[in-house]
Amino acid sequence: MTDVTPRVRLTGITKSFLGVPVLHGVDLDLRGGEVHAVMGENGAGKSTLLKVLAGVHRPDGGTIEVDGAPASFAGPTDAQRAGIAIIHQEFTLLPHRSVAENVYLGREPVRRMQVDRRRMVADTRDLLDWLGEDGIDPTDAVSSLSVAQRQVVEIVKALSTDARVLGMDEPTAALADHEVELLYDLVRRLRERGIAILYVSHRMREVFDLSDRITVLKDGRLVTCAPTGELTPEDLVRYMVGRDLGEYYPDRAAPGDLGPVRLALRGAGNARVRDLDLEVRAGEIVGLAGLQGSGRSALARAVFGVEPFTTGGLEVDGAVRRVTRPRTAVRLGIALVTEDRKGDGLALRQSVRDNTLLVRRAALGGRRARARSDVSRLLDLVTVVARGEHQEVRFLSGGNQQKVVLAKWLAVEPRVLLVDEPTRGIDVGAKRAVHELLRDLAKRGVAVLMISSELPELIGMSDRILVMHDGALAGELPAGASEGDVMALATGHTAGAAA
Amino acid sequence: MSILQQHTTARHTVRRPALRRRFTPVVVVYLALVALLVIGSVLVGVRGEVLLDQAGILNILTRSTALGLVAIGQTMVILTGSLDLSVAYLIGLTSLIAAETMAGQDGMVVPGVLLALAVAAAVGLVNGLVITVLKANAFIATLGVALILRGYLEDNYTGPAGDVPRGFQHLGYDRIGPLPVAALLMLAVAALAWWYLSRTRPGYHIYAVGGDIEVARLSGVPTRRVVVTAHVLCSLAAGLTGIYLASRLGSGAPYVGTDAGYDLESIAAVVLGGTLLAGGRGGVVGTIGGVLILATLDTIFDDLAVDPFFKDVVRGVVLVTAVALYARRMMADRTRGRLA
Amino acid sequence: MTWRPRLAEGTAPVLVVLLLLLVGLALAGPAYDEPSGYLALLKRAAPLMILAIGQYFVIVSGGFDLSVGALVTAGVVIAARLIDGDESATTPVILLVLGFGLLVGLVNGLITTKLLVPSFIVTLGMLLVLDGATFLWTDGAPRGALSAAFRTFGRGALDVPLLGEIPWSVLILLAILVAAALFMRSGTGRALVAAGDNEAAVRMSGGQVDRLRLLGFVLSGLLAAVAAILLGGFAGVSAQVGNGLEFRAITAVVLGGVLLGGGRGSVVAAAAGALSLEALFTLLNLLGVSGALESAVQGLIIIAAVAYASLGGGLRQRLRTRPKQRNTVQPAPS
Repeated sequence: MTDVTPRVRLTGITKSFLGVPVLHGVDLDLRGGEVHAVMGENGAGKSTLLKVLAGVHRPDGGTIEVDGAPASFAGPTDAQRAGIAIIHQEFTLLPHRSVAENVYLGREPVRRMQVDRRRMVADTRDLLDWLGEDGIDPTDAVSSLSVAQRQVVEIVKALSTDARVLGMDEPTAALADHEVELLYDLVRRLRERGIAILYVSHRMREVFDLSDRITVLKDGRLVTCAPTGELTPEDLVRYMVGRDLGEYYPDRAAPGDLGPVRLALRGAGNARVRDLDLEVRAGEIVGLAGLQGSGRSALARAVFGVEPFTTGGLEVDGAVRRVTRPRTAVRLGIALVTEDRKGDGLALRQSVRDNTLLVRRAALGGRRARARSDVSRLLDLVTVVARGEHQEVRFLSGGNQQKVVLAKWLAVEPRVLLVDEPTRGIDVGAKRAVHELLRDLAKRGVAVLMISSELPELIGMSDRILVMHDGALAGELPAGASEGDVMALATGHTAGAAA
Repeated sequence: MSILQQHTTARHTVRRPALRRRFTPVVVVYLALVALLVIGSVLVGVRGEVLLDQAGILNILTRSTALGLVAIGQTMVILTGSLDLSVAYLIGLTSLIAAETMAGQDGMVVPGVLLALAVAAAVGLVNGLVITVLKANAFIATLGVALILRGYLEDNYTGPAGDVPRGFQHLGYDRIGPLPVAALLMLAVAALAWWYLSRTRPGYHIYAVGGDIEVARLSGVPTRRVVVTAHVLCSLAAGLTGIYLASRLGSGAPYVGTDAGYDLESIAAVVLGGTLLAGGRGGVVGTIGGVLILATLDTIFDDLAVDPFFKDVVRGVVLVTAVALYARRMMADRTRGRLA
Repeated sequence: MTWRPRLAEGTAPVLVVLLLLLVGLALAGPAYDEPSGYLALLKRAAPLMILAIGQYFVIVSGGFDLSVGALVTAGVVIAARLIDGDESATTPVILLVLGFGLLVGLVNGLITTKLLVPSFIVTLGMLLVLDGATFLWTDGAPRGALSAAFRTFGRGALDVPLLGEIPWSVLILLAILVAAALFMRSGTGRALVAAGDNEAAVRMSGGQVDRLRLLGFVLSGLLAAVAAILLGGFAGVSAQVGNGLEFRAITAVVLGGVLLGGGRGSVVAAAAGALSLEALFTLLNLLGVSGALESAVQGLIIIAAVAYASLGGGLRQRLRTRPKQRNTVQPAPS
């Protein structure tokens, strides 16, 4: 059922950003009627590859062929013209407009000076029918659709450009479990209709359920490309993580270092997570693993009172507490370093100093907020490199911004520190500094709960690892557990993998 | 999530939108208008008078004409996520240009109208370019232009000037039955604007830019052109208002727009009509409803011989209450979207 | 880290503009050879500067306050009617006017934060209500008269040792300016700016964004009441005393380099923006430019100021960030 000539063939693609190579000569071909999965850890180069295909990034080297003819994309419009469409993780829909209006946004068919609404609706309905999606009406407002249905609209929008190659970046990240099934169906139908699909994901189950071939990238290089049937999950994990284990992590806590239980959850749950039972002691770093959407971040946000628990109990230092907003959490000594430091971690136009003092001023106020003298001490502690305390944080590198986030929490001396992807998008040196700082805090009696998608980091740092799957805790692993064990629990592929 | 829960949520998403669609802000506005007319009729009736007699209808429509025209233009810019504070002075300016060009001669009517509209379009172009090219906040950009126009008016005029020929004054006073011609023309402009916004491609793009300018840009919408066009159209609407007022007054008057507070008043009418101040949602039909409500309120108060200053108080309260209600609905929508 | 004088981002241009205007005044008018000329300028500018300081609190936290002009008128009219020439009523009425301003700010703030109505609409509604209510209460024209004691604040002066006669309004202005500058250095003040910059970050840091923004509106209302007291004394009782002041105050704040939408700018610069506006009008006056053109000039400069901030500032930032990305490891200048 596959064509002989691939729809798209990428050969020897290289790409660097500011002198840092991200892709080293990657080959990839996409055939009509095939789902080609690309897997790899964070930073392996998956998204960059997708953006090269979409014409967002121009490769430094290598060739792109479309239907056997060489092609070069100056921008996304060129790729679109060549029949390539990408569905990004963020939605690009206008909620108040109808489905049809969104699908044809910027390309509305015009007849006698008017937008040909009938045709637009009919064509959209055709596409929806073609996909077998009869639950969506082209005249519905997008705001009335579920997240999964919106994803369908994104796909229809991409297909309406006559795309024959569809790139999907972690398409299930925003979906609930039952919605994932709907997406599976849709992808299979697209395949049947001869569309070539590039499916970027790091969810094992999805990839095995859906794909015909799998390409694994690691550190910007092609590790393997093989038909799905010839690979086992164990193979994949090995391909993805097979790396030099020379990375350094600070020493773990000795049994005697552990103090009393600082944070405990007793059967806690809300709309996103359920039946959570866990304890974090003073002096330990507990790793929280899980795939995107497994509920790791939801757990941290619930503890911090952003989306509070609705059932079960939360204990801080042995006392049962109700935390319904961040302010309460902060005053109880809980800190949350969020995964989106620009979105809700920092006020970017404010100075390093103002951000460092933000929590102290915002949550504590009054006399306790004063004590200005120790800002430079805090900044030294987290080793921020800036022109000065008065530089605006938006001018800092990602690593230094993250250090400022840490400094703002250190300023209130938390007893429970929740960190969500603390080293995402920061360079190696800063990463190491953050690691050492976290361990240092644990040594001083802070209970640290660390979420990370980077397994080596999580394993290297944690005194024990909790793994989440589908909104619940799937299991606990001791320090130094293998990546395979973690992945097995996180992907729900429990049988046999732990061996 | 259990099967049972899935079923109930599914049913919610199917049933709720239908209900919501029935009570769009536009429907709410017109229901409010009807309610207002009924209550007004009763109150006026108690005094032994009739609200909606020929004079009453005439009164409401005449009051609606000028504000309606400005508000139609204002709707366009607000839908793109912008706003225009320069309309009030522009109305004064165009009334003067029209009246002075006409200078009492019937033959100069067409040149007068065209010149006034050309100047209006130029002012709109400046507004649009300052916002898109100089990247100035729309509030400041149009406030700045408003001040420049004001300076010009204050420097050159002390009072009414120009002379509108008798023939052209028919525009302001003629009627077809109980309906003033100008009000009908205003409604025709509204219909045209409705068609433009809801049926043409540039109209679609106005909603897209106001809804999310980034999404619009990524989808290939020429966002700058959309904003500039909306400002030109808004200024043209203000120009028409100026011409209409000149025909009613018989001359041009520098402060005819500002005395009536058409800048803020038009924004109030648009927002009252259910258009989101942030853009992307709403339309001309609601705006006309908002204008009619304000005009009806005025007429009722006149009939009841209520202190004129009381009108302002009621206006302020009505405006804030209406927007608070819309905001609640938006919140409800958003939570529903998240749960769906 | 060594201390060096530092200006908040966007402050420098307005200070340069102000300096040029003051130099211009010195060259153009003989009255500005002596400090008394500048003192008179400051006295004239005081109400607008106070309004700009109040408006700053709202704008920097991400809102607008269009009601201040109407509030000034209301304040003056209320005071005139209640005092009605009775000296003994001065103190209670002043307190009442201040309380009224506070209340209006509170209502603005509560509707904005609790009912989620955009502040533009809320304060526009408040403008209509205040305008209507004031004249409803006075039957259309301001009545009564202010007491001499009341008027002292706007027109009188205090004999300060060494310095001579200093107008009350200048003293009040300075006190407010110093208090505002100190407040903006305090934790709450910084949190207010941060809330205008990134609401989510402040909330996730345990801050109460709603309360901060409410505080901004309350301060704006209170300071508008102060401005009303000064203007009542300075300009006398009229129904037009507050006309257009809201736009003038916003202009001044923007001229001071404060970002509309919040998150950036200094309160001193906002006040400097107001002083610049007054200095500009004075200068134009001295140069014999028709008073009518004042607003045209005002319009041009605010467009220029905003364009400079968004274009010029953007360019500077781009130049500044680029080298930083390339080498993140550099010695801290501590």
